[in-house]
Formats: sequence, C-alpha cells, structure tokens
Amino acid sequence: MTPVTTIPTSSATHITAASPNSMIVFEDVSKFYGDVLGINRVSLQIAPGITSLVGPNGSGKTTLMNLMTGLLKPTNGSISVLGISPNEPEALFQKLGYCSQFDSFPAGATAREFIEFYLRVHGFSKQETDELTQAALERVSLVEAADRKVSAFSKGMRQRVRLAQSIAHNPSVLVLDEPLNGLDPMARAEIIRLFRELADAGMYLIISSHILHEVDMMSDNVVLMHNGYVVAEGDVHGVRDEIDEHPIQILIRCDRPQALAARLFENEHTVEARIHTDRHGLFVKTRRPDDFYLLLNKVVTEQNLQVESVAPVDDDLNAVYQYLITSEGGQN
Amino acid sequence: MDSTSEIRPNAPSARESSWSLWTRQTLAIMGLEIRKNFLSRRALLLYLIAGAPLVLLTMLALFPPDADEMANFSEFSQVYAVIYGALILRTLVFFGCAWVFMNLFRGEVVDRSLHYYFLSPVRREVLVVGKYLSGLIATVLLFGITTVGSMLILYFGLFPSESRVFFSNGAGAGQLLSYLGVTILACIGYGAVFLIVGLRFRNPIIPGLLLYGWEWINFLLPPLLKKISVIHYLQSLMPVSMSEGPFAVLVEPTPVWIAVPGLVLFTAVVLFLAGLQIRRMEISYAGE
Repeated sequence: MTPVTTIPTSSATHITAASPNSMIVFEDVSKFYGDVLGINRVSLQIAPGITSLVGPNGSGKTTLMNLMTGLLKPTNGSISVLGISPNEPEALFQKLGYCSQFDSFPAGATAREFIEFYLRVHGFSKQETDELTQAALERVSLVEAADRKVSAFSKGMRQRVRLAQSIAHNPSVLVLDEPLNGLDPMARAEIIRLFRELADAGMYLIISSHILHEVDMMSDNVVLMHNGYVVAEGDVHGVRDEIDEHPIQILIRCDRPQALAARLFENEHTVEARIHTDRHGLFVKTRRPDDFYLLLNKVVTEQNLQVESVAPVDDDLNAVYQYLITSEGGQN
Repeated sequence: MDSTSEIRPNAPSARESSWSLWTRQTLAIMGLEIRKNFLSRRALLLYLIAGAPLVLLTMLALFPPDADEMANFSEFSQVYAVIYGALILRTLVFFGCAWVFMNLFRGEVVDRSLHYYFLSPVRREVLVVGKYLSGLIATVLLFGITTVGSMLILYFGLFPSESRVFFSNGAGAGQLLSYLGVTILACIGYGAVFLIVGLRFRNPIIPGLLLYGWEWINFLLPPLLKKISVIHYLQSLMPVSMSEGPFAVLVEPTPVWIAVPGLVLFTAVVLFLAGLQIRRMEISYAGE
C-alpha cells in the first residue's frame, strides 16, 4: 500500500484557502508507542462540518483524536485546533468537547451531577452550570432520566450522558469516538440529526465510526485510515471518483438485459457486464460513467428497452473503503 | 446551535481574574474529590486504617492489663509516644496517606476517568493542587480524629482521675496539640510524596514499600541521610522523644523553626515537580 494517498477534492481546495486559525491542522504528525506505530506522517486540514474518521480497529482513529485533544503527545509533527495547541488545555477546552469511548463515570453520580461536576471544573457559576446542564440534557433527550444514577443506565443511555457532557459547554469543535455505539435505531437517527444541526450551525464535528452507511449518510468529508496512515481524504463521492483503477459498477433494471449487454460492449470503457440472477437487471462496470450514460440513453431509445431504474451500486463509502483498504471492489 | 446564547465563564483577562478562575476550579475539583475520598469504595480501607487504633485502644481501656504489668502514670507519656510513633505515625498515617494520595491519579487511571479532568479547560497544575488539597482534608480529618481520639481514650480509659489533671492543668493539652500538629505535617509531607509516586509509577506499591523501609531504618542512617526523609523532621517535633534502641545513630533534633518550614518547602517543591510531571502525562489506559 502506498504510505499516504491524499486525494484532492473540491472541499480540499476550499480548505487550503482558509486561515489556519479557523482549521484543525495536523502537520506531518507521527505517534509511536515505543516501537509500535500509532499514526505515521499524517497531514490533514479539517474544515467546519462533519468529518468522519473511518478505518478498522488499530488503524489510528482514536490515536488521532487523542492527539488532537492532548491526551497523547505526538512523537513528531505539530497539531493546531483553531490556532490553539493541544498543550494548552485551559484555552483548548473552552472550544473543544470530546466524547471518548471510555465508558466510566464517578461512582454514585447521577447524569445531572456528572455533567454539573465538570462544568464547575470549567469555572462556570452555579446558575450557568444549572442552565447549561439542563440544555445539554434536553439536547440528548435525557431530561427524564437525569436524576437517576448513571450506573443503572443502559449502554446507549450512558453514551448519551457522555455526549451531553461533551457538548454542555457549547464547544466549537466536537470530537466523538464511536458516538453511535450502543444506541438503538431511534436514538441513532436522533443523534445523527443533532450532529447535522450542530454542523449546519458551523461547528467542527470529527467522528470515528465503523458503521459505514451512517458515516456515508451524515459526513461532509471522510478520512480513511489504515495501519496508521491516511489513505484517502475528502468528500465521499469525490474520493470515489478519483479511484481510477476501480471502475464504477452500475445496476440497470430492464426487461432485456442480454440485448443491452451486447450493445454496451461497443463502449471501450465498459469493463464488465453481468446479468443479474433474477434476469431482470444488468451489472455494468465502466471507467467512464459519463460516456456510459450517454450510450445507455442511445441504446434504450434504439432498442426500445423498458428501463425500471439505473443506479450506481458502489458509489458509497463502503465500496471506497473496500477498494482502498482490502483491494476488493464492492459486490452487491 | 445559537452561538449568541452561549454561556461561557469570564475569560481570565487579568492576573486577578486568572487567580479567581483557578480558585473556582480548585474548589470545584476539591468538591468532587472530597466526595470520592469519603464516599467511594476505596474510602473503606481508609476508615479501617484510621479507625483501627481507636478500636484497639478502646479494647485496651475496657480490658486493662493487671496493675503490676502496666506502666505507672508518670511513665505513661513514654508509652503513648511509642504507640503514636510506631503505630499511628510510622504505620497508619504512612499507609493511609499512601492509599489516599497515590490513588488521586493512579486510581483514576485504573477507573478510566482521569480524561474527564484532562478534557476540561483547567491548568493541570490546578488539578494537582485541587486533588492534593482534597486528599489533605480527608487524611488530616481522619488521622486528626485518630490522633486525638487514641490519646484521650488511652489516658482517660486507664488513668481517668490523673488524666483529668494532666489535660486541664498539666502538659497533656500541649502534648495533644503537638501530636496533632505532627499528624497534620505528616499528611502534608507524605501526601506530596505519594501524590508524585502515584503520578510517576504505573505500579506505585513497590516504591511505596521502599519508602516505608527507608523511613523505618531512618534511626540507623548517618546524619546526612537522615535528613532526606520525612520522619526525621516529624520526630524532631514530637512532644515526647521516643527511644530508638541501642543501634540508633543519635543526632541533634532539627529545631522547630527549621523542621516546619522545611517540610512545607519540601512539599511545595514536590508539588511543583508533580506539576511538571502531569503536564507531560499522556492517557491511553492501555494495560491498566
């Protein structure tokens, strides 16, 4: 695998134009745990919106987040969060909230007390603490359970308590390590909606997740990581478009797939055509989707085909991930 | 999110406001930590350590030895000095402080909860001070009760009438206050040492035991080495000197005006080093 394959996209161009003080910047950052690689030579610029870190266990996602928040110190390189070094916690955490994966709470604390404890440590007055706590609990829909002990909560509820704690002081940057873990589908949808609201309000959300279709759905940008390296970054579809060696796969639902297949091979960029097992569809792999769609229109008209639907089947994060990390194209 | 409705603490724009913010943060940290020190499961061992001599000496007062086996009242201050020095100061206060102060940081690493503090906009030095003061309050309170309680139980349990005179008109009240002062200084000094041990070592038990051995063999050490210990200064402050046996290397006790500020200065230096240590500290919880 190439050590670092950074794929330029339109959003990356936008990022470069912004001031470093309005960005989260990693410059050539490496982290080694003794001889073990955490991340290696990572350079990133993260703009407002939702940026998802995607990669298998051990790929370096949590290391990246812990470096950004000062829980770990880089072996090499430098990090700046909106112009603030992670070595300045007193300034950084006025602006940043981190919902980590560590599922631990002070013994005997209720959800409300837990959030209040740490707001008081921020230096908020009693009245400010009460107001901010209540607002945070409302945001994660935990008001009714707020005065129950956290130790009696389900995993999903504890996740929401941690999320409330991390957003309670109204940070500009929110770092979330696997924030959807343990949440039921309703809660997931609710929390994703909250993330979207926060991002639309101009916040920076950096989210790590294994749940690719949810990342795909909510992310503005993705950072794909593998073995401590960033293998791709940018907008999901932009990243997909740049992977030249992997043709796009398109499924055409129609009444005569054999006839369609025969004509599509007239296009030199058509790599493969495979009839669907139900014999009412055709999978086509092409390196030039724009040319392909023009040809398809022509063939459909000429052959008078009844076309039910045309859709790319691997233009999503899962496919990109599979191509880049495991070198296997998505097969639906 | 409506940024105009955000509530933020007053930014520390001047030196005074920084101090004001640090004070508020220290008090907030102390509030949480004192609760942990007194109400968590770990506090049970502390109660056991601090309460053990009170139970033992109450038993002794209720079931005293025969009169001919017991020291008479004029020698009794020597007996109490040995009980205080060997049992309370060198063992119970030592291990009680080790338990409380080593767990201030190490315990949170084991519980995987230290990151909440590290993710707050608080100077890490402020965190050291807040945690140290909370540990100090817990140990001073509990071992202060142990010190005062054990002396009163023993004296009044075994010699009620003589003790009334001893504490109201004699040297008793002065000795009691001196022992209490030694206990407080022990918590201050040992507290700082164990706090940095808990920060520095993943398994602080071994350095803790080495320290215990060093403090115990203090009476055998040459004069210069004696001074590199907490117990040497505490012994200088004891109201009744305790015999250290025939092999002890005798030195002049350190004057009070050097021992007390010396211990406080030593504590300040150790806390400063702890502040440097914690600024470099990383959290991964791996292998804890």
